[in-house]
Amino acid sequence: MNLSAETLEKIDATIAQFPQKRSATLPILHLIQEELGHLSLETQEWVAEKLGVQPIQIREVVTFYPMYREEPIGKVHVKVCRTLSCALSGAYKTCEKLEEKLNCKRGKTSADGNYTIEFVECIACCGSAPVVQVDDKLYENVKPEGAEELAEEIKKMAAAEATNAAETPQPQTPAYFG
Amino acid sequence: MIQKKPPEEFRLIYKNVDVDGYTIDIDCYRKHDGYKILEKAIKEKPEDLRQEVLNSGVRGRGGAGFPTGMKWKFVDRKSGKPIYVVCNADESEPGTYKDRQIIYKDPHQLIEGIMISAFANNAAQAFIYIRGEFINGARILERAIDEARKAGFVGKNICGSEYSCEIAICRGAGAYICGEETGLIESLEGKRGYPRIKPPYFPAVLGLYQCPTIVNNVETFCHVKHVIDRGGEEYAKIGIKGDSGTHIWGVSGHVQRPGYYELEAGSCTFGDLLYGLCGGPLPGRKFKALIPGGSSTKILRFGERFEGKLPDGTPFDWAVEDIPLDANSIGLCGTFLGTGGSIVMDDSTDMLEALANLNAFYGHESCGQCTPCREGSLWLQKMTGRMCSGSAREEDVPLLKDIADQVAGRTICAHGEAVAWPVQSAVPKFKDEYLEKIKNQASGQRFNPAGYPLI
Repeated sequence: MNLSAETLEKIDATIAQFPQKRSATLPILHLIQEELGHLSLETQEWVAEKLGVQPIQIREVVTFYPMYREEPIGKVHVKVCRTLSCALSGAYKTCEKLEEKLNCKRGKTSADGNYTIEFVECIACCGSAPVVQVDDKLYENVKPEGAEELAEEIKKMAAAEATNAAETPQPQTPAYFG
Repeated sequence: MIQKKPPEEFRLIYKNVDVDGYTIDIDCYRKHDGYKILEKAIKEKPEDLRQEVLNSGVRGRGGAGFPTGMKWKFVDRKSGKPIYVVCNADESEPGTYKDRQIIYKDPHQLIEGIMISAFANNAAQAFIYIRGEFINGARILERAIDEARKAGFVGKNICGSEYSCEIAICRGAGAYICGEETGLIESLEGKRGYPRIKPPYFPAVLGLYQCPTIVNNVETFCHVKHVIDRGGEEYAKIGIKGDSGTHIWGVSGHVQRPGYYELEAGSCTFGDLLYGLCGGPLPGRKFKALIPGGSSTKILRFGERFEGKLPDGTPFDWAVEDIPLDANSIGLCGTFLGTGGSIVMDDSTDMLEALANLNAFYGHESCGQCTPCREGSLWLQKMTGRMCSGSAREEDVPLLKDIADQVAGRTICAHGEAVAWPVQSAVPKFKDEYLEKIKNQASGQRFNPAGYPLI
């Protein structure tokens, strides 16, 4: 599998932290998803072998937890909190505004592959609602009237991501999941 | 009751949060007497420390409010199996964001609290299970643990003693149910977060890897640190009998100054908090409803009155604004202190949409393991969704409550109650509004032109 040496090293260090190997399941899946963008069936098989469990035991985890994905998503992942405190402060309108400005419907990836917008449940920042998490960065107080500004920032992020991708050599070897 | 002078905050856990110049580095923490209490505790006998926690009467801050010392007392210490300490940092109850401030702004306080608790319980391994969305929070904690390890507060021979204990971090992946302690343990074992049936799986006896396990909330571990600092009896003098210490109130929704406020238990009322500290309702608005301690606690309606007798026999007659901010008083009004995450709604709020919003949350977050919760939560979600979209019947209103009644008390974990309580409390209190909305929709009118859509 085309994982960087750094990630492979982190995976081994993570496994060593737990008294039982299987406990490393969630952290390892995060590490791989952060690098590859999603968790394909082959990847899940690789993790199962690494942890000495059956592939189904990884698959049931991947399908249970909302943060794991089996399909690729856009370059920038926009998560809008829709739970009560955020909704009371305008989260539904904020999301509509982002959808309009980024030309992307919630639950979908934009046609150019730049953005994925999702509604998510409470992200525990209710005092500064509405909140939007863009990749790993949290934006607070994103009122509907301020959503345009955030959309511009998200566009810049996608552009920067595209530049980075062009500069980073892509792995040439085909994926192998023995 | 409108207070002109806001009550004084009593900052114990949040003493350093948002203080100018305070950073998350270990040097800054140590400059503020950090790790001194761990150094002191490690010289004492673990059983004495446990007794102090018992004497303090400190209650868990994760929502259920179970006495921490008692929880520790239940731990099976004779099995010969290793004892594990787990920090529940899976803060996901809507309205609650108090642990986030500790993790992001004062991580060493949490680590010190965990290490004291681990030593007091003879545990050789601790875990922090942090919610998946706190990506930077997990990074902050990892860095803080590294710093603490280098300084001799985590790892081998802590503070030069014979005692060794490691802390590992596990990030969840967006499932609310993993905040339930047995669901969390399953998740920490690398499985789906399916809660376990209690009994026999009381974590104190059969927890992580079937070993005795202590699961406490982030804030609870921080309180333990202050209990050991002051001594159990001294600590118990803060707050009131039966609810010692402070509570962090995370207020969100329709108030002028949403935010977190740490107050001594029982020292003031909801009126003082909402009008005094939070600045009252938004201009031109009136308070309508309050969810006091996280979205699963029963809703209160402004204007309703609560009558009864206090434990000493004194009669009380309170409006929402008069309820003292302690677990006992809030319990007397038919709801719970929970996590202290209060969601305030003003008169622009469509209460049916608010309920539909919560039902959508609980429907999404049911783990699906047991039938009443899996079917009931989705049924409620579909019904309130349908009622908001204008295709409901009047008889759906009592049916909502009937379904909730059938879910509560019939599930493996408390998610069943969390699903049911918003419905069971909101339907009787806002029945007229629900019926009016259904009637108005039938004649093509929209009920709520003022607020934002909630669903």
